[in-house]
Amino acid sequence: MSESATNIDAPSETVRFVLDGEVIELRNVDPTRTVLQFLREDLRRTGTKEGCAEGDCGACTVVLAELNRDGDDVVVRAINSCIQFLPTLDGKELITVESLAREGELHPVQQAMVDHHGSQCGFCTPGFVMSLFALYKTNAKPSRRDIDDALAGNLCRCTGYRPIIAAAEAMYDAEADKDWLRQPAVRGQSKKHKPPAGRVAALQSLQRVDGLQYILNGRRFFAPTTSDELARLLALHPDATVLAGGTDVGLWVTKQHRELKTIVYTGRVAELHQLDVTATHIEIGAAVSLTDAMAVIVEHYPGLDELFARFASPPIRNAATLGGNIANGSPIGDSMPALIVAGASLVLRRGRSRREIPLDGFYLDYQVKDLRTSEFVELIRVPLPWEGVVLRSHKLSKRFDQDISAVCSAYRLELGEGRVTSFRMACGGLAATIKRATHTESAVIGAEWNEKTIENASRALAQDFTPISDMRASADYRLRATQNLLRRFYLETTGKLEQTVYEYGRRG
Amino acid sequence: MGAGADVPLNARRAAVGKALPHDSAHLHVSGTAAYTDDLPEPRDLLHVAVGMSTKAHARIRRLDLDAVAAAEGVVDVMVAADIPGENNCGPIVADERIFAEDVVEYVGHAIFAVAAETTDQARKATHLARIDYEELEPILDPLTAIEKHSFVLPTESLQRGEPEEALANAPHRVQRRLELGGQDQFYLEGHITMAVPQEDGGLLVYSSTQHPDEVQHLVAHATARSAKDVVCVCRRMGGAFGGKESQAATIACIAALMAVKTGRACKLRLDRDDDMIMTGKRHDFVIDYDVGFDDSGRIQGIDFMFASRCGISADLSGPVNDRTMFHCDNAYFLENVHIESHRCKTNTVSNTAFRGFGGPQGMYAIEYAIDDIARTLDKDPLEVRRRNFYGIGERDTTQYRQKVEDNIIAEIVDKLEADASYQKRRKAVRDFNRSSSVLKRGIALTPVKFGISFTATHLNQAGALVHVYKDGTVHLNHGGTEMGQGLFIKVAQVVADEFGISVDRIRINAADTSKVANASATAASSGSDMNGKAAQLAAAKIRTRLTEFAARHFNVAEAAVDFHDNEVVIGDKTLGFADLVQLAWFDRVSMSATGFYKTPKIHYDRDTFSGRPFFYFSYGAAVSEVIVDTLTGEYRLLRADIVHDCGDSLNPAVDLGQVEGGYVQGVGWLTSEELCWNDAGELTTHAPSTYKIPCCSDLAPDFRVQLLQKSANKEDTIYRSKAVGEPPLMLGISAFHALRDAIASDELPLPDLQAPATPEAVLRAIESNKS
Repeated sequence: MSESATNIDAPSETVRFVLDGEVIELRNVDPTRTVLQFLREDLRRTGTKEGCAEGDCGACTVVLAELNRDGDDVVVRAINSCIQFLPTLDGKELITVESLAREGELHPVQQAMVDHHGSQCGFCTPGFVMSLFALYKTNAKPSRRDIDDALAGNLCRCTGYRPIIAAAEAMYDAEADKDWLRQPAVRGQSKKHKPPAGRVAALQSLQRVDGLQYILNGRRFFAPTTSDELARLLALHPDATVLAGGTDVGLWVTKQHRELKTIVYTGRVAELHQLDVTATHIEIGAAVSLTDAMAVIVEHYPGLDELFARFASPPIRNAATLGGNIANGSPIGDSMPALIVAGASLVLRRGRSRREIPLDGFYLDYQVKDLRTSEFVELIRVPLPWEGVVLRSHKLSKRFDQDISAVCSAYRLELGEGRVTSFRMACGGLAATIKRATHTESAVIGAEWNEKTIENASRALAQDFTPISDMRASADYRLRATQNLLRRFYLETTGKLEQTVYEYGRRG
Repeated sequence: MGAGADVPLNARRAAVGKALPHDSAHLHVSGTAAYTDDLPEPRDLLHVAVGMSTKAHARIRRLDLDAVAAAEGVVDVMVAADIPGENNCGPIVADERIFAEDVVEYVGHAIFAVAAETTDQARKATHLARIDYEELEPILDPLTAIEKHSFVLPTESLQRGEPEEALANAPHRVQRRLELGGQDQFYLEGHITMAVPQEDGGLLVYSSTQHPDEVQHLVAHATARSAKDVVCVCRRMGGAFGGKESQAATIACIAALMAVKTGRACKLRLDRDDDMIMTGKRHDFVIDYDVGFDDSGRIQGIDFMFASRCGISADLSGPVNDRTMFHCDNAYFLENVHIESHRCKTNTVSNTAFRGFGGPQGMYAIEYAIDDIARTLDKDPLEVRRRNFYGIGERDTTQYRQKVEDNIIAEIVDKLEADASYQKRRKAVRDFNRSSSVLKRGIALTPVKFGISFTATHLNQAGALVHVYKDGTVHLNHGGTEMGQGLFIKVAQVVADEFGISVDRIRINAADTSKVANASATAASSGSDMNGKAAQLAAAKIRTRLTEFAARHFNVAEAAVDFHDNEVVIGDKTLGFADLVQLAWFDRVSMSATGFYKTPKIHYDRDTFSGRPFFYFSYGAAVSEVIVDTLTGEYRLLRADIVHDCGDSLNPAVDLGQVEGGYVQGVGWLTSEELCWNDAGELTTHAPSTYKIPCCSDLAPDFRVQLLQKSANKEDTIYRSKAVGEPPLMLGISAFHALRDAIASDELPLPDLQAPATPEAVLRAIESNKS
């Protein structure tokens, strides 16, 4: 690794990224300046809008194109620019709403929005256009469901969405074009798909062997490229803020006006992007995006499909990491109940030493984790399911998409001859931490899997949790609904309930 | 008919009625439509942030702003004492301070403002204030306000017939209390103003406002100026929905005051959380009703008590609550009715206009009563609705003594019942529920009748200014503002047809108080009715001059001059429109004109709540079908069918957009959009992370919306169209009753479902008979 990255007196490097074919090099911007602020205030590219500055409305959506794992093709994804710090763009291409139209000619996505009356006040529109553009580049023929999912992070208050959905369906009708921006995804990616050579080359030229060290007025942004470097930086800067997807840390700056002196960004650490399936485990590097991590997890645990479809929104899932969700340790984090019942473990690293602990033991108290100073989550190991094991997670919120859970519960069940041979249940939203329902588990294990057991388990659940009331739900509802969710799980596993209302009526 | 009714109009129709895209659609999609925050910034612009009260009710013992003033980048700080003019931004009653003085009256009450070099610096600095409060007892809900006689305006009542006697004699009677939640407008563009000092004390104010005229006047009052010194401009808003009718003035006043104090241009753009905390919303209500009815379901007598949370000042609460009283009949004849309306003063942000303006709450109440009647009698609610509809030629006078002359509700409902296969699906729903224990389906059809006009008669006036330039292109201004509703394109279509030219020859300009004076707010759904007529008249005046000139110049009869397709046929000659304009210019013909319109026929005596407050009514109806999980209260909308009356639509694409969007917004109001306040009077749902408006997947997978065809307005509106802004919102009530239908059962015939019907509220209603 480079010595310079650990030398705080070393000169600052520049942040480099591509915008409209040009390499932008930045020396004098605040390390926590957001991409949106940079676009609107510095470049005066005002097409991208601020609606909430917290990643919940999508008016600020932009698209990033970056090299894939192998470095030979680009991956396109929509993100929320309002909470993305500028230095995280290093080595990537930024595409904004202004990038799409060419001299007097709208992009097919934009034209479809005009033709189908997809804008009224127009303020959310650039964000919708960019989410649709990401869909256009990644899905050759989206179903209504794909469209709903792709737009889950964009709020429109005027149209009621119907014309935007119509635009999404129609945007593929355009003539073939040589411009990569105008080429929709092709079906069967591997055969017809050709990587955009020029774009790939431009991005390759921006890649770093050593990490990025960006310093302005004593404030530091490090983007190490190896786990060793990351470990050393954190040892050197024990008070540093570890930045992964930034979907929470971003709000510390935009909403709480916190000044972050030293940031260590995990997004460029190669090892932390590891995503492997071994004979026994799914192994997910801490910097793997939720989008990528979930795809693999759902492949093995289809019972988590609904949970992950409802987890935040695509722009958030594209930026946020599974490692960040776990390390942040919010009592309403949605990934953890399922991972805990699945028996996931964490590989934690501090300096050169590593230890592996069960996720179940990681959360000690509200915002207190079994994570030492300078220690970081390197890897998440999720055991593969085995024959006969059923794993499911239920989420409750006021709105299906892009909402924070009132309750999120997960169960892992094994039956043998009508009796429960093993059962785990964990819940979020019911206590200061994500927590196992130990009384409930005891009430179920060894019993027959029937109504009576569920009734007993429901009573036990009241011993496990004493939830609070807040704007998401009352304490009564949280407990009552969790009891009923357990009943739903029972009905689902016994073939008495085939669909949730979330699934019901969903097209495609 | 307004002034100038004698000016002949062009009978040809080309642009009007076409489904043209929004005039700014190509700008919206490419990010080039400029909103206030996108305008080029003047030199030395300062950014303003507001320091707000964190207490619901408190005396300020000490206000120490030293650290604020000393913070990095801060240029100036101001408090109430720095206001050179009036410390008021109340639109009707002067009871709303721009900055709190010695007492703060709600969480979010502005106390001071900071101007700094950057937005971040200004916002950061506001947190450095040291404020010593002496807390006072707050009143946080309408019922406590009634108990303590705390009102922003006097209680009003309205009675017709003998409700008491009718109730006493009715064979059946149901009483209920409803607690109906409010709603945040959640326009995607938050409040914003940029104020730019001009020479000699002038101020140019770019404001995201539905009411530039009011901003102009309130800014003038606050800065000790006259209206002539202040110009307010708004090209477009990123949504408004009523939230920028009166509330924009507070923001504009603060920005303007700071611009005057510093002598520099100042921009105040509210952060989303601050916007939701410090600006008003749809009123939440407590409603009691007592309804008596016969075996057929016909209402014999009904008594309503409405208590709304108005917040700390009157704002628009007077007319909002009046409209509740005018709409608690919806489409039903209430022979014997008593209505009491309390306008409660609470230590919360002052509630304000929101699409429907009090009407939705009144209609929600009567629809609930109708549903109760049907469920009590075990009848299809649709049958009970029909039993109570206004008649034609009989049972046709509202409780405020206006005769319903244009009643088409039965026609619309009949059509919808058939098109949506209501009866067949209602049966299918019942069959499904018999065989499904956890999941239950529900279906409901509800009608809408909505009165069109400002209830304050004097506000029903509009102006326009039209210039035709020498090259035959047209500059159009009117008093209306564009918030996404498509007003500008509709008015441009009208003007295009008046000149017989295509819409692309017309430039639609920002609402600007220096172009059109004394314009009313773009509100009450009246935008295209009034501005369309005013602009049509302005254009007709110029066309009449051109006609006179052409007849004279070419020596033909005026009747032989015909404007169409960018050309003018003059006897046997055809000229391009621009060519005729050129000739007319040489002949010194004036090619500028104003148009003015005042809505005819309306009158209304507020003391007796009687008269004809509405020029006409808009109608519609919706069928919603839902599925509910009775274990958790979660639900999904499965299908929605709508028939809505836009008269002879000026632009069916725009109108369809209003109907669809209005319905979804109405569904949001009654389902997922929950405003929560804690015991300290703090709003805890002040961002999209906690306040949930409908998103894409919430739209019914099967959504069938049609505009009623061959439905010319019986009144002489612009091209016999009808207003469409507000009425469709109330179509969303059908989704609420579909939920109630889904959870009603033999064991629970009258579920106590309250709105917003969040999953928690649904489960509470389901389990209400178990406790």
